Amino acid sequence: MKGIYMDHNATTPVHPEVIEVMLPFFSEHFGNPSSIHWAGREVKKGIETARESVASFLKCDPKEIVFTAGGSESDNLAIKGVCDALKDKGNHIITTSVEHPAVLHTCEYMEKQGFQVTYLPVDMDGMIRLEDLKNAVTDKTILITIMFANNETGTIFPISEIGKIAKERKITFHTDAVQAAGKIPLDVNALNVDLLTISAHKLYGPKGVGVLYVRKGAKMKPMIHGGGQERNRRAGTENVTGIVGMGKACEIAMRDMDAESERLLNLRERLHKGLTRKIEHVKLNGHPSMRLNNTLNVSFEYVEGESLLLNLDMDGVAASSGSACSSGSLEPSHVLTAMGLPHEVAHGSVRFSFGSSNTEADIDKIIEIMPPVVARLRAMSPLYGKSLNPSVERTTAVCQH
Amino acid sequence: MYSEKVMNHFKNPRNVGEIENADGVGEVGNAACGDIMKLTIKVEDNKIADVQFKTFGCGAAIATSSMVTELVKGKSLDEAENISNATVAEALDGLPPVKMHCSNLAADALHAAIENYKKKK
Repeated sequence: MKGIYMDHNATTPVHPEVIEVMLPFFSEHFGNPSSIHWAGREVKKGIETARESVASFLKCDPKEIVFTAGGSESDNLAIKGVCDALKDKGNHIITTSVEHPAVLHTCEYMEKQGFQVTYLPVDMDGMIRLEDLKNAVTDKTILITIMFANNETGTIFPISEIGKIAKERKITFHTDAVQAAGKIPLDVNALNVDLLTISAHKLYGPKGVGVLYVRKGAKMKPMIHGGGQERNRRAGTENVTGIVGMGKACEIAMRDMDAESERLLNLRERLHKGLTRKIEHVKLNGHPSMRLNNTLNVSFEYVEGESLLLNLDMDGVAASSGSACSSGSLEPSHVLTAMGLPHEVAHGSVRFSFGSSNTEADIDKIIEIMPPVVARLRAMSPLYGKSLNPSVERTTAVCQH
Repeated sequence: MYSEKVMNHFKNPRNVGEIENADGVGEVGNAACGDIMKLTIKVEDNKIADVQFKTFGCGAAIATSSMVTELVKGKSLDEAENISNATVAEALDGLPPVKMHCSNLAADALHAAIENYKKKK
């Protein structure tokens, strides 16, 4: 049975063209790029070519690219590095309540280090209000870090407008663009960002490599100390194969993005329409229009997400859920609860994230599989038929475990 | 991540439903944790003559609910009261550690139903 992979926001397969450019750098071009001899020089060249590819993907200077070990490291470096560099100017960070854990938990860590953090709320569509941001700014604010597109719902934030506000107030602005990269065109100047995170494995590149764009003149201290690699901003012998693969992945994304984006939007709408036509009480989680073309997050009310995923998995469909049980934590998705979803509706969410391998036939198969699964689980659910009242559930229900 | 027995009960849960005019009803869990179980029992001659469940929850929650109904059917109330959450998990060849606390509530639902029956009497 060929499985249907619908979890591209979690990770993507490496593109064959990416593998091809990586292969020579495992043993043929194996030198240390810091070495001055021939073995080092040819590897150095590979890295700099990749740096140029990433720079043209982000429309910036290659010198502004810092290669890291992935999105989480880039987020950590941006937040910790900027706070460290600017701690004499202020101690206030502004972020949102729906960030990826790599930003959210880093901000929580900074709170323990004495910084103050404002977590902007979101509305029912998962959208922030620019007024809230403007009101949150103080003369102590040194960093705004707000994601480009949400990994769970696909909701896209107005990064360019946020950047404008940050620029006017002379506050450093970082965005985690891990989910946006390869799905929306990125231009660091149009976006008014000072720092921007991307990760290779979300755009058909290898795992374990990412980029932090750092605008020339932006103040940031390094987090990993050692050799002088990456212009003293990230020590350690380079992950050469990963970096070379990331460069190629960015080239391919630039080439294929427009056509692919249109195709994925059609698939997304086909699945959404099909599911809501065949199943009652299906709720869209995320903004109706300001949303990634590849992301469909829906709650099947009265049933729990992990049991839905297990059933989908039995039919070869890989998706993910905001349910506590599927995440290994005991709380439902912080993104969905921040949007005001009652707990049982958050627990019943399923995220389908589309990518290159998906076809209309995949979508039609899911539309066929889903209704009997949901019907069976609803017949088993003690909640089915009861009204799901957000105000009551949200105030009383707290997981005691 | 789940044992074969868990998956078997998840795929083919036994005794799903709600007994009309049940002698005892037990409901445990809460929405925050994502697990809610409702167990209904019919008692005859101090024995559990029939038992049915409805569960909102993950694979482990559904499997433990199903398993507990199988374990107690025909048992005396005393025997049923001795069944613990650990007994249920063992009968399923174990549960993943994270599920031992959050989704292993079926015996609690059973005890709540027996208590409800005794109170009514």
